[in-house]
Amino acid sequence: MYFQLTEEQSLVRETVRSFAEKELAPSAAERDELERFDRDLMFDKLAELGLAGIVFPEEYGGAGADYISYAIAVEELSRVCASTGVTLSAHLSLGANPVWLFGSEEQKKTFLVPMAEGTKLGAFGLTEPTAGSDAGGTKTFAVRDGDEWVLNGSKIFITNGGDAEIYIVFARTDKDAQKHHGISAFIVEKGTPGFNFGKKEQKMGIRSSPTCELVFENCRIPAGNLLGKEGEGFKIAMKTLDGGRIGIAAQALGIAQGAYEQSLSYALDRKQFNQPIAGFQAVQFILADMALRIEASRLLVYQSAWRASAGLAYGKESAMAKLSASETAMWVTTKAVQVHGGYGYTREFPVERMMRDAKITEIYEGTSEVQRVVIGAAVARG
Amino acid sequence: MFLDLSEEQSLIRETAREFAVAELEPVAAAVDRGEQQETFFENLRKLADLGFMGLNVKDEFGGAEAGVVAFSVAITELSRACASTAVTVSVNNMVCEVIQAVGSEEQKRNYIPKICSGEYLAGAFALTESGAGSDPAAMSTSAVADGDSYVLNGSKVFITSAPYAGVFVVWAVTDSSAPKGKGISCFLVESGTLGCRVGRAEEKMGQHASATTEVLFEDCRVPASAMLGCPNEGYRVAVGELAGGRIGIGSLALGIGQAAIEAAARYSLERKQFGQQISDFQAIQWKIADAATDLEAARLLLMNAAYRKEQGRSFAKEASMAKLFATEAANRGCYEAMQIFGGYGYTSEFPVERYCRDVRITTIYEGTSEIQRMIIAREVLRNLA
Repeated sequence: MYFQLTEEQSLVRETVRSFAEKELAPSAAERDELERFDRDLMFDKLAELGLAGIVFPEEYGGAGADYISYAIAVEELSRVCASTGVTLSAHLSLGANPVWLFGSEEQKKTFLVPMAEGTKLGAFGLTEPTAGSDAGGTKTFAVRDGDEWVLNGSKIFITNGGDAEIYIVFARTDKDAQKHHGISAFIVEKGTPGFNFGKKEQKMGIRSSPTCELVFENCRIPAGNLLGKEGEGFKIAMKTLDGGRIGIAAQALGIAQGAYEQSLSYALDRKQFNQPIAGFQAVQFILADMALRIEASRLLVYQSAWRASAGLAYGKESAMAKLSASETAMWVTTKAVQVHGGYGYTREFPVERMMRDAKITEIYEGTSEVQRVVIGAAVARG
Repeated sequence: MFLDLSEEQSLIRETAREFAVAELEPVAAAVDRGEQQETFFENLRKLADLGFMGLNVKDEFGGAEAGVVAFSVAITELSRACASTAVTVSVNNMVCEVIQAVGSEEQKRNYIPKICSGEYLAGAFALTESGAGSDPAAMSTSAVADGDSYVLNGSKVFITSAPYAGVFVVWAVTDSSAPKGKGISCFLVESGTLGCRVGRAEEKMGQHASATTEVLFEDCRVPASAMLGCPNEGYRVAVGELAGGRIGIGSLALGIGQAAIEAAARYSLERKQFGQQISDFQAIQWKIADAATDLEAARLLLMNAAYRKEQGRSFAKEASMAKLFATEAANRGCYEAMQIFGGYGYTSEFPVERYCRDVRITTIYEGTSEIQRMIIAREVLRNLA
């Protein structure tokens, strides 16, 4: 057992925290208000820090760091701006990682390297209007035509959608196969004829992160853009989401940490009944429970990240981390608004935004309900 | 970060698990009913032989010198089978550790080996009084200097292992004019000392095999050399040692919770209702998923606190966090496990009924959940203010 961060991991924390506080924090409220994705700030600058491909080897444009460093980076970004946190998580875990895990050498050179270097932004298209938690219900289909695949259908709720250059898209390639069999994964580039962007969602939170519909109408892509083998798509999606959960868990952790720190300083500052409200046990116990739940979640998140880098199975652990961290984020931010009282309900203090941002972490990349199914099944199997 | 156990820690866990399965589990229900007390004692002796009474104690005093992480995992394994045995072992370890931390050379050589070897079945902590629970500094037991000795008067309550303890660590007021908490000293009182006697035994909800009694001091005279640590610094010693004890109790709660939820998961695979295994119902799966997630977080918090103590770093906040989270998670886990067992869970046919009774005390003793929250809040606010 060794619980300390390495020098590299500590350095990532310091670097990203300093960037987040100096560069992201000042504009977080305004970007949220205006639903503005600032690519230079929220992605290009991350790439300059080496975060765009932090976990991938240097020969593929990455920084060669481990998953704990990655989790720390997402955590620190999300501590002040959850929209930036999810931009990185969706890009790295969902856009780039499936190419790293399942791509051919040529696909890695063509698609992974620019994503890892941060010259191209990645995204992931799995969800459809009628295929949410039940990804096996995918209806988008792809038909082979000579040296090409022809895609038809639509994807919704796509993070980085519209702004990303590279999309991992899941489509049914065998109409006769049942449910999750017969789905394949494809790499689709922005600008491909027949690939357009539909409605941009208006959301409760993470409003500075774009969420957009993808529309495919006789969209032709080269046969070489099939990722993995034909029919392997469901497996690729599930493996990708196992890793994605580490990113979202880290995002939730960061949101919770940010709201907790805001509450601590407010509680020391705010006076009622002639003393700082931090002097009241009712407030102290909220702060103690916040600190405790965050620490428990942090250990679960780092454990799943550690297992991912150590080459150990981590599906159950990342589900636990995601479930615990997202529910902690929702609980902590709700209590943070309570500690701030009426002020917390206004946009004068960031906890109002944090509570709105936290809610999505219980929903995307597998709802809390789906995480419980994953964990329950893993525990019952022994 | 490296979150696996070392080889030595794994070996200790395996040893504890094997012993728990072979020796503790078969008699856990009987000792809970107040039967086979001799077997309970015999198992304590065997555990002493295996080195479990001084896991974080130096070899020169008869300890295993295996560290705090090893202590934590050992307590968890023992409590999976028998919480009464585990709490006795945990308290014995803490008695050894407090003597090792502040005792004189003579005290260390005299008492620690006796507990580690099993010559003393147990050591006991005599801190709590009827009017001094969460607020131990409010104690009224007194120790008055009289020549080369001190004379103790007062009574202690809820003392674990008192009837079979060879030595008591006793806190008493030595300077009644000092500000609260500044005039308390600590003494080692051997059982059988004139004027020291074990009083009424509590009738408890759970952990029946572990005795909990009053300890009375009536003009109990001990030599001045019986003082443990410096005069009037006893309160600080108590607070410091309780932090270590919290790792023990958190680890104990974790073991009960794990045992309960694993039993419930197994039962859910066998039990059929509405034509299918109840494990197929999401309502059941979720209880298991939530408990497993909570207990995994608890385990990591305990490992983190144990690791920090082992490294000689500050660990009071982390130990409080681990104790609070583990004991509350274990309580929830046990009650949900009973729910999965339904009516059968409420009977003594299945051990989950005992787990629920045994786990309840864990959010109360060695610092209630409320006290843990006070400690955590104080620490986080202090770091900021």
